[in-house]
Amino acid sequence: MTTSRTRSEQVSTPAADLVLNGSRVPLDGVPPHTSLLDWVRERGLTGTKEGCAEGECGACAVLVARPTPEGSAEPTEWVAINSCLVPVAALDGQEVVTVEGLGSPEDLHPVQREMAERGGSQCGYCTPGFVCSMAAEYYRADRTPRAASGVDGSGVDGSDSVDHDCGPNGFDLHALSGNLCRCTGYRPIRDAAFALGAPDAHDPLVSRRSFPPPDVPRTRIRSGDEEFVRPADLGEALEILTRHPEALVLAGSTDLGVAINLQGLRPPFVLAVDRLPELRELHVGDGDIRIGAALTLSEVERGLAGHVPLLDELFPQFASPLIRNAATLGSNLATASPIGDAAPVLLALEASLVLTGPSGDRVVPLDGFFTGYRETVRAADELIREIRIPLPLAGTTAFHKVAKRRFDDISSVAVGFALDIADGTVRRARIGVGGIAATPVRARATEAALEGMRWSPEPVARAAAVLATEGTPISDMRASDRYRRAMLEQSLLALFARETGEESAERPGSAQEATS
Amino acid sequence: MSHLSARPENPVVGEALPHESAVLHVTGRALYTDDLHPRTKDVLHAWPVQSPHAHARVTQLEVCAAYEIPGVVRVLTAGDVPGVNDSGTKNDEPLFPDEVCFVGQAVCWVLGETLEAARLGAAEVRVDYEPLRSIVTIADAIKADSYQGATRTVRRGNAMSALARAAHTFTGEITFAGQEHFYLETHASLATVGDDGRVFVQSSTQHPTETQEIVAHVLGVGAHEVTVQCLRMGGGFGGKEEQPHGFAAVAALGATLTGRPVRVRLNRTQDLTMTGKRHGFHAAWRVGFDHDGHLVALQTTLTSDGGWSLDLSEPVLARALCHVDNAYWIPDVEIVGRVARTHKTSQTAFRGFGGPQGMLVTEDIIGRCAPLLGIEPHELRRRNFYTDGQTTPYGQVVHQTERLVRAWDQVTSTAELERRRGALAGFNAAHEHVKRGLAITPVKFGISFNFTAMNQGGALVHVYRDGTVLINHGGTEMGQGLHTKMLQVAATALGVPLSRVRLAPTRTDKVPNTSATAASAGADLNGGAIKDACEQILARLRPVAAERMEVPVEDVRFEGGEVRAGERSMPWAELVHTAYLSRVQLFAAGYYRTEGIHWDPEIMHGTPFKYFAYGVAAAEVEVDGFTGAYRTRRVDIVHDVGDSLSPLVDIGQIEGGFVQGAGWLTLEDLRWDESDDPERRGRLTTQSASTYKLPSLSEMPEELNVALLERAHEEGVVYGSKAVGEPPLMLAFSVREALRQACAAFGPTGHSVVLDSPATPEAVFWALDEARRAYRPAVPEPTELGHPVQVTQV
Ligand SMILES: Cc1cc2nc3c(=O)[nH]c(=O)nc-3n(C[C@H](O)[C@H](O)[C@H](O)COP(=O)(O)OP(=O)(O)OC[C@H]3O[C@@H](n4cnc5c(N)ncnc54)[C@H](O)[C@@H]3O)c2cc1C
Ligand code: FES
Ligand code: FES
Repeated sequence: MTTSRTRSEQVSTPAADLVLNGSRVPLDGVPPHTSLLDWVRERGLTGTKEGCAEGECGACAVLVARPTPEGSAEPTEWVAINSCLVPVAALDGQEVVTVEGLGSPEDLHPVQREMAERGGSQCGYCTPGFVCSMAAEYYRADRTPRAASGVDGSGVDGSDSVDHDCGPNGFDLHALSGNLCRCTGYRPIRDAAFALGAPDAHDPLVSRRSFPPPDVPRTRIRSGDEEFVRPADLGEALEILTRHPEALVLAGSTDLGVAINLQGLRPPFVLAVDRLPELRELHVGDGDIRIGAALTLSEVERGLAGHVPLLDELFPQFASPLIRNAATLGSNLATASPIGDAAPVLLALEASLVLTGPSGDRVVPLDGFFTGYRETVRAADELIREIRIPLPLAGTTAFHKVAKRRFDDISSVAVGFALDIADGTVRRARIGVGGIAATPVRARATEAALEGMRWSPEPVARAAAVLATEGTPISDMRASDRYRRAMLEQSLLALFARETGEESAERPGSAQEATS
Repeated sequence: MSHLSARPENPVVGEALPHESAVLHVTGRALYTDDLHPRTKDVLHAWPVQSPHAHARVTQLEVCAAYEIPGVVRVLTAGDVPGVNDSGTKNDEPLFPDEVCFVGQAVCWVLGETLEAARLGAAEVRVDYEPLRSIVTIADAIKADSYQGATRTVRRGNAMSALARAAHTFTGEITFAGQEHFYLETHASLATVGDDGRVFVQSSTQHPTETQEIVAHVLGVGAHEVTVQCLRMGGGFGGKEEQPHGFAAVAALGATLTGRPVRVRLNRTQDLTMTGKRHGFHAAWRVGFDHDGHLVALQTTLTSDGGWSLDLSEPVLARALCHVDNAYWIPDVEIVGRVARTHKTSQTAFRGFGGPQGMLVTEDIIGRCAPLLGIEPHELRRRNFYTDGQTTPYGQVVHQTERLVRAWDQVTSTAELERRRGALAGFNAAHEHVKRGLAITPVKFGISFNFTAMNQGGALVHVYRDGTVLINHGGTEMGQGLHTKMLQVAATALGVPLSRVRLAPTRTDKVPNTSATAASAGADLNGGAIKDACEQILARLRPVAAERMEVPVEDVRFEGGEVRAGERSMPWAELVHTAYLSRVQLFAAGYYRTEGIHWDPEIMHGTPFKYFAYGVAAAEVEVDGFTGAYRTRRVDIVHDVGDSLSPLVDIGQIEGGFVQGAGWLTLEDLRWDESDDPERRGRLTTQSASTYKLPSLSEMPEELNVALLERAHEEGVVYGSKAVGEPPLMLAFSVREALRQACAAFGPTGHSVVLDSPATPEAVFWALDEARRAYRPAVPEPTELGHPVQVTQV
């Protein structure tokens, strides 16, 4: 302990700074709660706007340079994030591009030009954020034009099958699902997105992709009594955690950023773990899949590449790309929110967590992880290191998220199903549910009602009725208790209908057929 | 063709141009009020102390502790107000109250060197309250007889006896929700004090003149001591018509007391909890139809939820009462309206200004009654259209109904409604758990402020010696493209290229006594004023040109930056320079007032509107029977904007208005805590962006076709155009009615669907669930669902 203390406190930490629109700017003395948004605006870069300060509107979107997943053609990519949520201190050593850095009135960026010419702005307040989200998708290395099709954004008729969410230029509209516009009704924004060509090879942001991503330096920024620390590795992190019981662990800051902005949370000591290499591994083995707790949802999605169909149903319904580019899977479990979306899915998959602390690692089944409302078995000096999903996976899986809005909304109930059905009989059923109790729970009575039963209408309807009685859902602004119960019941009926082909109930995000 | 509406050859109006600030928007260079403070030295930041009670008396206010916080500079309280302690015009909105009337109301404001200091200071202010009885819902207000302002009635004929004679009569009720503006830019003001003590307030306001007046009365000074400027707004939608004044006054008061610039900027939660919203309404109605489905009588009482103070509730109510008829001829009517007083934010203007609420009542009635009459809803609507020469219940003669019919027919044919209705029936028959609905609805919306005096506009046009032009007008820019249109109007009127004309931000020291930029009337009023100013200047230039070119004065024409007469021409700039040397005045103040309108608010009778804007929309939705979730598959719109001043802007207004209307009717769900828990009662439970959801890209119709109605010249309005800001919002009734029809498809023919508003997935689920149960008549009517009373045939 003594030696490592010496290590972390004596290794000199270089002065903190970041590269903002190509220029290096010092970060000395920024308080840990100062967001990137407030910081750039105080510097006079007021193009980036605050619409909500809680990750919902995207007016604050900016681009950051990030490492690409292993095996990518280029080492670096530009991703868009919500600058209102992330502490600027967390970006020590990083590269940030704001709307001002993309182009100027005299020299418009292609995204800016399309948005301006097509009426993509009315009041213009949401526009810088849209421009940044759109630019990230514009620069996505694997964005490739689709084979010629009739989509021009101005309306389609006839009966051709059309994917409304993907442009002829390969632009995925979901890239904009974390941006709100109150004025335009979105059509011109969609047109602008679908009109974009490929970036010029000499575009500096394209060139930047072929160089290594910015290093993640060890950071130590003090501001009065407050301190922000980013350790170099897991060992150092655990040691700091032991020494500083008051430390607040920070990963993508999508939960903590909201607490800072809306609830006035002012942590005196912040410990950033989101870039610890030991928490960022991904491994698909024979017996299990291991997912580093500090990987963002975007990284997990790409890294798993479809290995876990149930998670693939989850990702597009989890927040927005802006959030998924920051939010980590481990934190989504660490917060133990009863309405977190990962838990129901991972409960159904019978995942377990590896907790790591001063005395080493321990493996805890997720099922036993949550102990009460926002409480878990994790000790204060432990971190979640990884999430393990046992293999083989169940054959029939589904994720049902019920919310007011189709995308980027918090669940009123969420149900993850993992069923093994053989010879028309349910051999094994695992069901995880969020939104009906103080913690995410397994629907054990329903599991029992299904196991050993025929996979046919009557037993399924009976089990669905049992599912409706699980937990103790409440009424709040998102939904009534009655609706929550009804949705539990319906979720199993919907799964059955989908599986037995009785009904091809459309799933959000799936390609849609054209108008009748 | 009138002089005002006639267009010259090759006009700049009518060109499809992007927003005049588009390049600044997309590069982040466009400045909004709160972008100014990082550019201003020594700014103080303000933070409110907000009431936790829906209704309480402030028994003690102890501010000393706030000063213990480093950086706290000043706490503003009632004692600091040298003038009138009121943020409104009706003296019912104390700026620093001793009785709080809604959760979130500001009791006092703390100024700090940083926002953080102000926030921490505010947390230290001790306020003692004595809680009082509170009223949260309209139902409670009705029960308690809690009203404010006057009760108004629009009456024609004898609705009671007509109902008694009608072949079919139905009765019902509906309570429907308001809507949060959720302009992306929250309220913001920055006040500075000049060397002579005059106050300069930059404010995100739709009504700079009234902001100026309120600031002046709070400070106890004349209006000439206060200048208000609005650079631009990041959205307004009516939410910045009456609501900015108090915040501007706080900034101005702080600035005069400290001598330093003061910034007031609400964060989203403050904005949501402190500022007014669209009024929710309750309506109880009796309606009568004849054997053929013609409306014969309507008796209805509308109660709006005004919140704690009057604000604009009375004019909003008036407009609601004047739009219950929508596009339909109803011979005998009695429409009563009243404003409930509740302990909530003071509800205010919101795009449509009561019109949408009035129309919702009738569209809901038709949607519910059609199946009971056995008539297709589209047929029932069409059958009841006004024809020219009929009068509205408030006595205005209806014109141009041919336009409504043309728009209806055009949508019907271009959207292939006949064919698609057939296809849809097939789809619904083949799918048990997914149903589609297709509905077409009309809009008729009156243009002009009901309050006649507000129908005036002013402008200031400067022609500089080099021939360039700077215009100023009384309207504000909130994204609606008013400035774009005004530039086009000036360039057209002066016959110069658009590049010669620039526009300066709206300021009360340039154009005084302006009306709010509201009621969709910005272009009509200010365009008329700009045109007037330009014509005054041309009238002075014409003799100079005639003399220089040696032609008769009448032959002089201004076009494309040239001054022409027959074969002769000279450049505009040269003429301007010559005129200057000849001592000709090259600037002018323009003025416009709308002619031919009058209104008696006491008896709710007259011709309040210059004209009606018409539109028609057809929407197709698909509903998931498991969850009630839905998608809008296709929307077709034909809308009447007259001869468009700026087609790209107009289409933007139509699409944006439509989506905003669909948000109000389907997704946006304002919830207030109605429990008796004193800690919670009256709280807005959807007080952040994570709980109050706006339409996002995924709510956009997958296919959206918008056409401007052709052959739509509007006589007597600037360059033949029509107002466009508000009317398209109401095209969204098509979505609500399509949802109703999709729900109906889950039940037996003839089932009347009662649909809550907003029609959230949950509301749709219960509606379709009820439709399904209608197959099993043994099940009692599920009145416990909180639905309004089922439509009954009596
Ligand atoms: C706009 C918006 C939309 C959202 N939508 C959804 C949604 O659809 N579904 C959903 O489920 N959630 C949603 N969320 C919630 C949020 O994104 C997730 O909970 C996210 O996974 C948190 O990850 P983070 O890395 O950003 O957490 P942070 O904010 O960095 O940290 C959250 C907590 O986790 C702890 N923590 C972080 N890493 C570790 C670790 N390795 N070991 C132990 N503790 C750790 C921290 O101490 C902290 O208390 C949304 C949030 C926002 C702002
Ligand atoms: S300000 Fe709304 S997402 Fe950041
Ligand atoms: S242009 Fe106003 S919010 Fe998008």
